[in-house]
Amino acid sequence: MYDIKALYEASSVAHATELLLAHPEAQVIAGGSDVLVQIREGRRAGMELVSIYKLDELRGVELEEDGTIRIGSLTSFSHITKDKIIKKYINVLGEAVDMVGGPQIRNIGTIGGNTCNGVTSADSASTLFAWDAIVELSGPEGLRRLPIKEFYIKAGCVDLRPGEIQTGILIPQKAYEGYAGHYTKYAMRNAMDIATLGCSVNVKLSEDKETILDARIAYGVAGPVPMRTPSAEQAVKGQPVSKETCRKFGEAVLLDINPRDSWRASKAFRCHIGEVMAERGLEKAIRRAGGGI
Amino acid sequence: MEGKQYQLVTCTINGKETQTMVDVRASLTDMLRNDYRMTSVKKGCEVGECGACTVLIDGEAYNSCIYLAVWAEGKRITTVEGLLGPNGELSDIQQAFIDEAAVQCGFCTPGFLMTALEILDSGIEYSDEELRKLLSGHLCRCTGYENIFRAVKKTMLQRLGRI
Amino acid sequence: MVIGKSLPRVDAADKVTGRAKYTDDLCDKGALIAKICHSTIGNGIVKSIDTTEAEKIPGVVKIVTCFDVKEKHYFPTAGHPWSTDPGHQDVADRLVLTERVRFYGDDIAAVVAEDEVAATRAVRALKVEYEEYPVVLDPVEAMKEDAPRIHEAYPDNVLKHTSIRKGNYEEACKEEGLTKVEGWYETPTVQHSHIENFICYCYEEAGRLNLVASTQIPHIIRRIVGQALGMDWGRIRIIKPYIGGGFGNKQDALYEPLCAYLCTQVGGRLVKLDVSREETFACNRVRHAMKFHIISYLRPDGSYAARKLEVYSNQGAYASHGHSIAAKAMGAFPQLYPCDNVECDAYTVFTNRTVAGAMRGYGMPQASFAYESHTDDVCKVMGLDPIAFRRKNLMPAGYVDGFSKNENYFDSFNQCMDKGIEVMDYYRKKEEFKNQSGDIRRGIGMSVFWYNTAVWPISLETSSCRMVLNQDGSVQVQVGETEIGQGADTAYAQMTAEVLGLPFKMVHVVTTQDTDLTPFGTGAYASRQTYTAGFSIRQTGQLLKERILQYAHRLSRMPECNLDIVDGNVVRITDGRVLMALGELATEALYSLEDSQHITSESTYQIKSNAYSFGCCFAEVEVDIPFCRAEVKKIINVHDCGRLINPALAEAQVHGGMSMGIGFGLTETMLYDPKTARVLNNNLLDYKLSTFMDHPRLEADFVENPEPTSAFGTKALGEPPACPVASAIRNAVLDATGVSVNQIPLRPAVLFERFKEEGLI
Repeated sequence: MYDIKALYEASSVAHATELLLAHPEAQVIAGGSDVLVQIREGRRAGMELVSIYKLDELRGVELEEDGTIRIGSLTSFSHITKDKIIKKYINVLGEAVDMVGGPQIRNIGTIGGNTCNGVTSADSASTLFAWDAIVELSGPEGLRRLPIKEFYIKAGCVDLRPGEIQTGILIPQKAYEGYAGHYTKYAMRNAMDIATLGCSVNVKLSEDKETILDARIAYGVAGPVPMRTPSAEQAVKGQPVSKETCRKFGEAVLLDINPRDSWRASKAFRCHIGEVMAERGLEKAIRRAGGGI
Repeated sequence: MEGKQYQLVTCTINGKETQTMVDVRASLTDMLRNDYRMTSVKKGCEVGECGACTVLIDGEAYNSCIYLAVWAEGKRITTVEGLLGPNGELSDIQQAFIDEAAVQCGFCTPGFLMTALEILDSGIEYSDEELRKLLSGHLCRCTGYENIFRAVKKTMLQRLGRI
Repeated sequence: MVIGKSLPRVDAADKVTGRAKYTDDLCDKGALIAKICHSTIGNGIVKSIDTTEAEKIPGVVKIVTCFDVKEKHYFPTAGHPWSTDPGHQDVADRLVLTERVRFYGDDIAAVVAEDEVAATRAVRALKVEYEEYPVVLDPVEAMKEDAPRIHEAYPDNVLKHTSIRKGNYEEACKEEGLTKVEGWYETPTVQHSHIENFICYCYEEAGRLNLVASTQIPHIIRRIVGQALGMDWGRIRIIKPYIGGGFGNKQDALYEPLCAYLCTQVGGRLVKLDVSREETFACNRVRHAMKFHIISYLRPDGSYAARKLEVYSNQGAYASHGHSIAAKAMGAFPQLYPCDNVECDAYTVFTNRTVAGAMRGYGMPQASFAYESHTDDVCKVMGLDPIAFRRKNLMPAGYVDGFSKNENYFDSFNQCMDKGIEVMDYYRKKEEFKNQSGDIRRGIGMSVFWYNTAVWPISLETSSCRMVLNQDGSVQVQVGETEIGQGADTAYAQMTAEVLGLPFKMVHVVTTQDTDLTPFGTGAYASRQTYTAGFSIRQTGQLLKERILQYAHRLSRMPECNLDIVDGNVVRITDGRVLMALGELATEALYSLEDSQHITSESTYQIKSNAYSFGCCFAEVEVDIPFCRAEVKKIINVHDCGRLINPALAEAQVHGGMSMGIGFGLTETMLYDPKTARVLNNNLLDYKLSTFMDHPRLEADFVENPEPTSAFGTKALGEPPACPVASAIRNAVLDATGVSVNQIPLRPAVLFERFKEEGLI
């Protein structure tokens, strides 16, 4: 039995906004795998909840006319992984969210929840950063879209205004077309774990597969919120596909990442692993993009 | 004291349509155990980390501890109590757990059976590695997972006519 | 023959159908809910508890603080048989609620409420004032003069120090030409992590307390609840239904005394105390973390000239099982590799960590890690083959321990190692893994152990059994050695069927234990169940059989010496003729108008023997050096636990122990905040129990040398599988990388530091 003060079930996106405006202290609950755990812990005990769980219109993946991939915010991790569009165009996102917790968590956990909680270790977030994802929000003023980087304000805090809920995550065609990616989750076990460090790399190669035209890399747990490492991206742009380039990529990551010391892992350890992950991640992404290395 | 909030929940449990008033604060585990006495649904952590409370909701495995009971409205729920055949016969996966000595203290067993059911009902032949991943949302301290793996794999192959 | 067959578990059908009832499944849902207020400091005194706000919360029935407990009955918690000799009794240092806080999470107050939410809110609303002292988490630190004090009766924090002296260590290490090998080895605080948390409920009936609990030791719990409440032991009844694992944590009084006490505070109403996972980690029992310091002096021929051992065992805040665990770990040292000159010292030291108690292996997984890691360190320094070294120096066949009188009757160590070598293709791999230089390397390692069976001669060993013949010729069996998931009931059914000549299906083991109904037995621990219950089952079965055959004689007029029971029938052995089915006899006996008898038997067997159980583990490990990860690729345990009663269940038992051993070696450790002594990872997400994806296939094999002292040729298997695994993995990492890592778990943080030190990264 959860210590919940009241539960309001939203019947539409507009209704959710109404409820949130009427109950400004209320917490939005989507799949509940974070919110319910926090209630039990006492952190959110006694709160009012606005449940958007039943808003089936926010579930599913679509390819829009302009090639944008739209992921409804309530789409569960397991449905993202199994989705044909995801598999075809941005399979790495499906792979990344297939590393969240265990199968049951992946059935209940939603990509919207995973990003709205503002947690740096979210397995979906680093990949979304690496794909230049756009976050779509719906509120009293209507729809609002912003780059995912701007959505994250600080640890545990995202740009959700009063009455707003996240309705979708969009990946523009130019962000994924011609790119291949790879996600590495570094954790203490192979399942049921949170990332000590998460690293998502994607790369676009020249036609002859000899040169890196563009590379993007994003981390979870390398800072208070998920982050890109521009120094590394710059360092390999236009560089030949080689082991040496991958090594440089790894080294350059250290200029940007800033993980913290915690009882889960030391900063020194995270930096060391971060470098190895970048190097190995780029190699794997290059191979997926058809490059020989 | 703020007034307690109740909601009528209509759902299908193990093939039977049911209806009950539920405290909105209840988890699905609470409802199944307390209102329907489905005590195969076990509590091991109450935060979705052990898998002992796993049930199927519309054919997919969920940790019922972190699922609000009111969300069960209109859903089709399966627990281990629903696995027996019409004449009380054990299902193939239950029999396999017995035959492969996959049961020890038995506390994780019902949850594992439910995830196994989702795997088996998919009709897909999974590799060993895929099977391990699909079963990885359950913790077991007695078996080292070895015989559970054997039981699920054997049943999968049997259903697919491979053995 | 029923013994030796892989028959299905007697409780399997109940467990796969969800019919098996565990404690919470039996509790009436109208029960009052108890929640404990745990201290939020690690060492100090509770100055006051303000209950004003908590009292106002609707649904709160009763709040009891440490200041309300007027009669102070200190009680011991260890699940040891009671000793009538005060000098041998467990340390009584617990109260149901305490003002003196000794660990972060100590029990200082409790709330009884109508529901869980009200109880939890009330606990949060209690306002506690403390006087806080500094904390100490490490046993070596705790022994220092200026260390914080934890128990007033133990000013140096040392609960106990014992030693072993053999020959003359000081003189022997002066021998010329010796090589000295020295090392410190450290094992972590780990938790049992059974999937069913501890739970109990209590209600009063007929002036007695009835307590249903998830425990391994119902008869012992009755005594402890009596001691804790100052009640006559006969006024307490303990019932143990199915339990969701124990592994030693539930071989301790956990919250049964508090729940019983709270029940008495609400007029005997039904009170349920359901412990959360977080409490299981922080406020139950854990495995003793140990530090070992070993010095070995070796002769050029690879034999030991002199050896020295120091063990520092982290007891945590209360005595619980106390020094027995460190003493057992120390005792293994001179027996595993006998040496003429040995000096051993073991210290059990209070700290502000979680209370350490019994856990599968009882000191031996720790000891095995230290001793067998050291063995490979010795081999590395001496340039010796680890197998050859062990063959030369391990406890030889024919070895007898002076204290336990245990004997290595066979050549078990070599037999077990031979099997492991073959399955692993050990020597080929050892060769293959030489001279690797890449980022990812493989290695192979192994380790051995021995283990005792049951607790004689340290403590009482006794088992009682009752058998009742039913009208249909089937038999009910009860023993006090509890089923806790390991499969004991199935082994008992097989033994009973064997002794009585019954088909397996005609034996019904009463799995629920009830101190009102079950004959006295001390429970499940020390890998004792099949060994100790075997004696009382054989003896009681023989008594029952005698009575049956006496009655058969009356009915058939055949001499008893010519009668036997075979497959459920009374048979004339001289010609094999079936005289009657046992069911016919039983029905006649019960309803006879001439001579009505209820054929039953009951007896107690006191066991004054013990038995060595042996085994080894071989592990092949892949080390990803830049990633600081070790992954087990192939692993096998080989055991000599005597005759196998049920090979399939024995194998399953080994799998579980291996899994626990892999966790101990690679991932599991409880982490404490050094400032407050709070457990940081008190949940199953942050405490890294192995998942389905963290092992390779687990292989188990056996050498079956029937144990001569045993009623059925069997001996310890419950705990042994967990003992040798961590050191085998560690030795494989040494083989792969040349780096000795002396601290487990070999988690990335530890490998990172060691690989940096050695210049590998």
